[in-house]
Amino acid sequence: MGIQMLKNTLAEYGWIAIALHWLVAVAAVGLFVLGLWMTGLEYYDAWYERGPDLHKGIGVLLFIAVTFRLVWRWSNPVPRPEPTHTAWEHRLAGIAHALLYILLFATMLAGYLISTADGRPIEVFDLFAVPATLSGLDNQEDIAGEIHELLAYMLIGLTILHTLAALKHHFIDRDRTLTRMLGCSDQSTQP
Amino acid sequence: MRKRTAHAIALAAILSLPALAPAADYVIDTAKAHASIQFRIQHLGYSWLYGRFNQFEGTFSYDEKNPATNKVEVSIDTASVDTNYAERDKHLRSDDFMDVEKFPQARFVSAKFEDKGDGKAVLTGNLTLHGITKPVVIAIERIGQGDDPWGGYRTGFFGTTTLKLADFGITRDLGPAAQEVEFMLSVEGIRQ
Repeated sequence: MGIQMLKNTLAEYGWIAIALHWLVAVAAVGLFVLGLWMTGLEYYDAWYERGPDLHKGIGVLLFIAVTFRLVWRWSNPVPRPEPTHTAWEHRLAGIAHALLYILLFATMLAGYLISTADGRPIEVFDLFAVPATLSGLDNQEDIAGEIHELLAYMLIGLTILHTLAALKHHFIDRDRTLTRMLGCSDQSTQP
Repeated sequence: MRKRTAHAIALAAILSLPALAPAADYVIDTAKAHASIQFRIQHLGYSWLYGRFNQFEGTFSYDEKNPATNKVEVSIDTASVDTNYAERDKHLRSDDFMDVEKFPQARFVSAKFEDKGDGKAVLTGNLTLHGITKPVVIAIERIGQGDDPWGGYRTGFFGTTTLKLADFGITRDLGPAAQEVEFMLSVEGIRQ
């Protein structure tokens, strides 16, 4: 049976959880690439202003999405681990997932502290603005900038490990770890 | 023993004598911010963008009657650049511009003071910025001098100079109208 429900069950992820997972994945990786690219642009590049505006706007929206994702996770049953997974695999995955959330929030928070260091708000696509809260600390924009970059690299590093683990489960262990998150797992065909 | 005492007295007497040409030494009043290093650069050729260095310190010697002995030394904390926009200041501190981690200090040491009369002068000296030392020429105007109301004596100047960014190895392209930075230096010294 395919996945038809919105909410998670003990056996499957629902569509909302699946959509949020991939949305956050694409946005986070996209922001990383955009961040690397935009900081190398020449002053006269058409994207010199547009790139950072986009980066900040998407960043704020991602913050909302990740927050909603956590709320959704806590208000849904968490699918049971695959029966073939060992206890230590399950524990390690749990730690990695928690770290991914922590790094996501910490990276976004550090980014927010760069742009709001002088009290300016962050404009989100002319839709709304996020006001500054903590501002005016000594060298705030520099320190927050270095932390933001470091955390982003850590987040992407862990994302790569997370991806490799999923691929290992799919191609080597041949279990449902990845297909469950793609919404195309068919429980009956699995051992 | 007696000889050494005599020497010491003579030495003390010499040291306490006023110098023959008493160039007065001043400390620039950065403590109470009666001095500023401001700059402006064209933005795209359409407007002036203003900024300043918030932290610097310096001293000068000034003697109207013997202008050849006049001299100035100022050191600037490059990380204190402030253009009223944190993201731009962060960029100016980065290695795209001043690379303040590597070059935390800029320094000006005067070499020559040419009195042009009427309080005007031309000050030549070496500026070290971004690790590169180049001569710069500062047009100076004495604004005023005299006793302050709190028992001190002050002399103040205004100076301007123009730097080419590329001369100091800052080669990031900000456009043809933004190759040079104008500096506006306001300096008030308290006589020591």
